[in-house]
Amino acid sequence: MRRDLLTAARAIIVTTIVCGLIYPLVMTGIAQGIFPGKANGSLIKRNGVVVGSALIGQAFEAPVMKKGTAVLDKAGCSEWIVAKRYFQTRPSGTGAPYNDTGTLDNAESSTFSNLGPNSVLTVAIYKCNISAYLALEKPYDPGLTVAKIPVDAINSSASGIDPQISVANALIQAHRVASVRQLSLGTVDALVHKYTTGRSLGFLGEPGVDVLELNLALDRTTSRS
Amino acid sequence: MTFTGWLQIVVFCVLLIGLSIPLGSYLAKVYSDQRVFLTPLLGAPERFLYRLMGVDSRREQDWKQYAKSVIFFSLAGWLLLYLILRTQTIQPWNNYGGVSFHSAPWNVTFNTVSSFMTNTNWQYYGGETTMTYFSQMVGLTVQNFASAAVGIVVAIALIRGIANRTNKSLGNFYVDFVRTVLYVLLPISIVSALVLVSQGSIQNIAHYVNVHGISGLAQTIAMGPVASQEVIKELGTNGGGFFNVNSSHPFENPNGFTNFYEMFLVLIIPASLVWTYGKMAGSRRQALAIFATMFVMFIGGVTVAYAAEAHGSPAQHAAGLHTAVVANSTGGNMEGKEQRLGIAGSALFDVVTTVTSCGAVNSSIESYTGLGGAIPFANLSASEVIFGGVGTGLYSMLEYVILAVFIGGLMVGRTPEWLGKKIEAREVKLVALGILITPLTALFATALATASAAGRASIASVAGAGPQGFSETFYAYLSQANNNGSAFAGYTGYDGTFGNLAGAHGITFADLLGAFDMLFARYAPILFALAVGGALAGKRVSPAGLGTMRTDNTTFVVLLIGVIVLVGALTFFPALLLGPIVQALTGHLYH
Repeated sequence: MRRDLLTAARAIIVTTIVCGLIYPLVMTGIAQGIFPGKANGSLIKRNGVVVGSALIGQAFEAPVMKKGTAVLDKAGCSEWIVAKRYFQTRPSGTGAPYNDTGTLDNAESSTFSNLGPNSVLTVAIYKCNISAYLALEKPYDPGLTVAKIPVDAINSSASGIDPQISVANALIQAHRVASVRQLSLGTVDALVHKYTTGRSLGFLGEPGVDVLELNLALDRTTSRS
Repeated sequence: MTFTGWLQIVVFCVLLIGLSIPLGSYLAKVYSDQRVFLTPLLGAPERFLYRLMGVDSRREQDWKQYAKSVIFFSLAGWLLLYLILRTQTIQPWNNYGGVSFHSAPWNVTFNTVSSFMTNTNWQYYGGETTMTYFSQMVGLTVQNFASAAVGIVVAIALIRGIANRTNKSLGNFYVDFVRTVLYVLLPISIVSALVLVSQGSIQNIAHYVNVHGISGLAQTIAMGPVASQEVIKELGTNGGGFFNVNSSHPFENPNGFTNFYEMFLVLIIPASLVWTYGKMAGSRRQALAIFATMFVMFIGGVTVAYAAEAHGSPAQHAAGLHTAVVANSTGGNMEGKEQRLGIAGSALFDVVTTVTSCGAVNSSIESYTGLGGAIPFANLSASEVIFGGVGTGLYSMLEYVILAVFIGGLMVGRTPEWLGKKIEAREVKLVALGILITPLTALFATALATASAAGRASIASVAGAGPQGFSETFYAYLSQANNNGSAFAGYTGYDGTFGNLAGAHGITFADLLGAFDMLFARYAPILFALAVGGALAGKRVSPAGLGTMRTDNTTFVVLLIGVIVLVGALTFFPALLLGPIVQALTGHLYH
């Protein structure tokens, strides 16, 4: 009995040293040696300052906040301050309207929105997201209707920090970005396609537009407006 | 649904079948003490580890001694992990999130420790807001290896019992354990971690990064030794994410390829073990029958989940959204799904991780449509025998095989025989208990949680409207009993805030009920499986006669599927009706 217990204790300690210290630390060392950029988060610098990660979604809009909670309009939807010269990422479960914090794309506390498929509340949030999307994009793309909005623009992502949007979503937003930046639609569309990552090996996953990298490219193209 | 979506699914299945056969043979050699290509490299370290642990590698164990080693080893692991998770304030690599992380409260820790030790990896906490790098590596990663290895070796011990014709030995637990870690889990993990990092998974011990966003908004990005934990989380069918959002986080799962690779890691050992069983029990056709059974049920789940998610949800349609495939967008229910992974990549991942006891998620199961969400339910209701967790899936399936043999024997009026060994009252009793214990635990806990105010306190006030609240609760205890760990994440056992955890408290009822749910439904079946192995070991083998029911043909596959579905349906149908089925059939919206 005592011998069995002793063996068990020695076994778990040895396992801990091998699998919990040697393995992860050696892997960290090797990864830092071979892929330092990727192992440290694919960070992007501009003028020597870290402006984001190529893999982590970044917010280009924020809810209007008052006393720590999001301000709601008459329809019960959040009001937004939007940087119109930028492409916008997907709705993020880390902030309004899913909870009271103002931080969208919060990469130190990722979370799902956990919206149920049969919930009245889910419909209400979709309607808020739809009206916000239409208010933002329709002035620049008059033909836009609810039916034409791609689902990824209204449905929140899983991680809350999805770095990508669908190409359809980007091509709608391109009207606004082109107009605000006084660029031709063709120029912006070309950039959208340039910063679209296709399916891995041609068939795994789905294509998506890398929003932060696209926005950085736009900033390089035009002076800030 | 799209062509590329299906192509992804088909290629996955082909690769799984193709690569599981050689790995299955490799595993059979590892557990038969034969030379493999890694022996020259690992032989010396293996002997060194036995010396460090004080293990006599030649000592054989019968089922009781084997079970005793499993229990003692698990107990030691539980205590060490609890100690590590409750002493975060004095650990190195703390304060990397900008503040010094306190330990989670005792009740949440009790749940977490039981969860990781039982290969469940149910998480009431969010990784990047609760755990230090030290806890993640030295605590949680270790149990990812250990719990996976324990599952595998129990299956191997049962196979030995089935195959052993001369004595009562099932092998030696510590030898099997060390060989599993050294020859199987570590080599695959090392290679796979580098594959993931090459795609963008992070692997560092660095402070969280403060970012000056280009529109002026600040952002902080959590860091950590992610890839090394990510791969064993998948390979060992553990499923506990480094980050709160698990494999939907871009640092855990950066693109379509990593998504595919991770799914493959999840299924490869459970699939290979079926062939290992064939090798060690001396009949490839027996293995083929079991593999076919698992595969048919797996494909059925994938098809339904993909179709349901591609169709979209009632909420989307009520809001006026169009969910059909259009140019440059896949449509479908993208709520709680990532753009790069898409509908097919999410639905397949969902099925892969719920047929196994992995429980990793790359999309929010709470946001799946009623029918899409019913598939994880169905997979759990089948008690994780469709490939199942590493080891656990196979030993549970072998119990179902014995049950099917028994029922088949009753039908034709013969003494049931399996692989030449008589199936007698003792085996059938043990098998019946082994099969029923998990569903009973799950249903009992669900009933307790829905009937009491303390249990209902865990239901999300926001998402849990109508039957969804019941679905959340039921799924929580079903998932924990099956040691899966995926969640309808609205159900909570922890009110935590970031970092210093000021004012954070666990919900004791949900934490403890869940923990006992996991512990009981893990160790009782292990003991039954080992006892079945012990009962079969040393039994005389009689030659097959005219009256022997064959267990390696299509008829038996159909019978086996029938038994699995029947047991699952009879046990769970009433409960399933109250939640996911209502939602799938009515499409109603609830306040």
